[in-house]
Amino acid sequence: MAEVVVQQGRVARTGTRKRGSLRNALGRKSTVAFFLTLPLILLIVLLVLYPAFYSVYLATLNKAMTKFVGLGNFTFLFKRETFWMVVKQSCIFAITAVVFKALIGFIVAHFVHNIPGKKQRKWRGMLLVPWVIPPAMSTLAWLWLFDPSYSAFNYTLSFFGVGPIPWLGDTFWARFSVILVNVWYGAPFFLIMYLAALKSVPDQLYEAAAIDGANWWQRIWYVTLPMMRNIIAITTLFSLIVTFANFDIVRILTSGGPLDTTHLFATWAFQVGIQSSDIPLGACVSLFMVPILAVAAIFILRDVTKRGNEA
Amino acid sequence: MADVSLRKVIKRYDDVEAVRGIDLDIADHEFIVLVGPSGCGKSTTLRMIAGLEDISDGDIMIGGDVVNDVPPKDRDIAMVFQNYALYPHMTVAENMSFGLRLKHYPKAEIKARVTEAARLLDITDLIDRKPKQLSGGQRQRVAMGRAIVRNPKVFLFDEPLSNLDAKLRVQMRIEIKKVHQKVRTTTVYVTHDQVEAMTLADRVVVMNKGRIEQIGTPNELYHKPATRFVAGFIGSPAMNFIPCRLEDVAGKLQIRLTDRIAFALPPARAARYNALPRNDKLVLGIRPEHLTESHAHLGPGIETFETVLDVIEPMGMETLVYFGLEGTPVCGRVNPNAGATDGAPMRLAMDLNNMHLLNEETGAVL
Repeated sequence: MAEVVVQQGRVARTGTRKRGSLRNALGRKSTVAFFLTLPLILLIVLLVLYPAFYSVYLATLNKAMTKFVGLGNFTFLFKRETFWMVVKQSCIFAITAVVFKALIGFIVAHFVHNIPGKKQRKWRGMLLVPWVIPPAMSTLAWLWLFDPSYSAFNYTLSFFGVGPIPWLGDTFWARFSVILVNVWYGAPFFLIMYLAALKSVPDQLYEAAAIDGANWWQRIWYVTLPMMRNIIAITTLFSLIVTFANFDIVRILTSGGPLDTTHLFATWAFQVGIQSSDIPLGACVSLFMVPILAVAAIFILRDVTKRGNEA
Repeated sequence: MADVSLRKVIKRYDDVEAVRGIDLDIADHEFIVLVGPSGCGKSTTLRMIAGLEDISDGDIMIGGDVVNDVPPKDRDIAMVFQNYALYPHMTVAENMSFGLRLKHYPKAEIKARVTEAARLLDITDLIDRKPKQLSGGQRQRVAMGRAIVRNPKVFLFDEPLSNLDAKLRVQMRIEIKKVHQKVRTTTVYVTHDQVEAMTLADRVVVMNKGRIEQIGTPNELYHKPATRFVAGFIGSPAMNFIPCRLEDVAGKLQIRLTDRIAFALPPARAARYNALPRNDKLVLGIRPEHLTESHAHLGPGIETFETVLDVIEPMGMETLVYFGLEGTPVCGRVNPNAGATDGAPMRLAMDLNNMHLLNEETGAVL
């Protein structure tokens, strides 16, 4: 397509000067590239930039959205204890969940990597199931499993004389349950990314390391991990963003309870903004995710490009 | 003490035998080359010596100790891989010192050994670079350096020059030989290139279909091959194999190649082959360099015949001539000034003093 336009541009040089320069502009490769990416640019502007700036605008209005209050909503938030609790909970939730997802993904990826041929495909398929079921649906199943009186969990535990455990009714257990479901849902993503990274490490590196005298643990530390650094960094960042912004799991399991102790930024923003009809304050809450994630991104991606040149 | 012995070593993959009972004794300081076509089991044998493959049966001994169940790290060996297998995230110095660092050698000694190996391989300037910034030949040097600094009992080379271009391969071949002359470590070297085998080895082990065909010095293999496989594998262009039979004519033993061409055998050869049954199907093995242009003063045992050349290949220092003897393609080497031309008749001389006679069915050299 670009070829055609370029040729038209050349032909047009014989025409009038004004038309000619327009055609020339169209003929430049950069111009063509811009027009070809325009649909995507428009989509991003419409679905990402506009809402982002609109939420910044909303965050500066009063509750009735009639008056500009500047940073008033922010200073109001800083004074509320619940806000700081949500900040703390979001960090605990995201960091704990991502660490466990990465750890479980890494360990299981090693096991799956060592399963031979056809069997590996079966295991890979089965282990991906949690990730492909829509989380709203699978979380409903977890909700039943966590039911205090009739659930499979408490029933099973009763045989060992344990419980009943108030899975979603007690602060500690509610946080535990929410993180557990998030780990269950997100670990397969790490598994599949790490598995791909493991497969890209040449076997001969392990053989060379084995001959150099590295034991199993040293091979992981000196060969596997350095070879996977970039994938680990990018996967962790991506998962951190998604986990931080999680909504459905908390919304379905606890709705933020008991006493707001499982609220995350997204669920609290929903409660404040939509359910309590203070949209500017809700927008304000959701904006807090930006600086926290930006700092994380800078730290994690610090030298991904530098390392990319090594491999 | 770092001799290596293989006793009836067998490797089975499910129901396929890749290596079928190998016996081999490698002396201390010796440079042994395992050579053979792809799939002959030479790399598998090397990997079994390294401990990267389990052996299905038999014994492998290094320095007198059976190492069948000893992991690679405890065998005190170093290996150079075909694709170098350098750690991409480490510098040249880190790559070379990795093994020593794992064994907690003192820092000063590590530095001394790396510096010495780098000097030996002429890579001192590259010591702080990453493998990505090196050329193929430089990477191969680093891989060798990684082996040298360990000062192991045995060096194992797995087709180390296959990834290099032809010119660099010749250069590195000489480097490897020089390094071996300096460090004198027992070396097992695997290659499919018979030129590498001939030029590097103290002794060559020719393998085929999981078995050893012949073990010998490069000269022995070249001049006294034991089987048709060895005769055809060693030497380039390959030895010619021409169907033939023995006949007695007027009390003299002669070899008949075609209805038209038959030569009386020189006395030494006649005595050697006299006991053979006359109606056996035989094959004459003759190297291209023993098929040259005819000239006035031919020595004893050199017989001439007339043929029509199909194709000639001028190589500069010599010209290869190709012709057919009753459908069997034959190659000869003549002087570039001998006047060989495509499609033209030419009188050639066959040096029967250097002939080999093979049994067609068994492939054994008689």
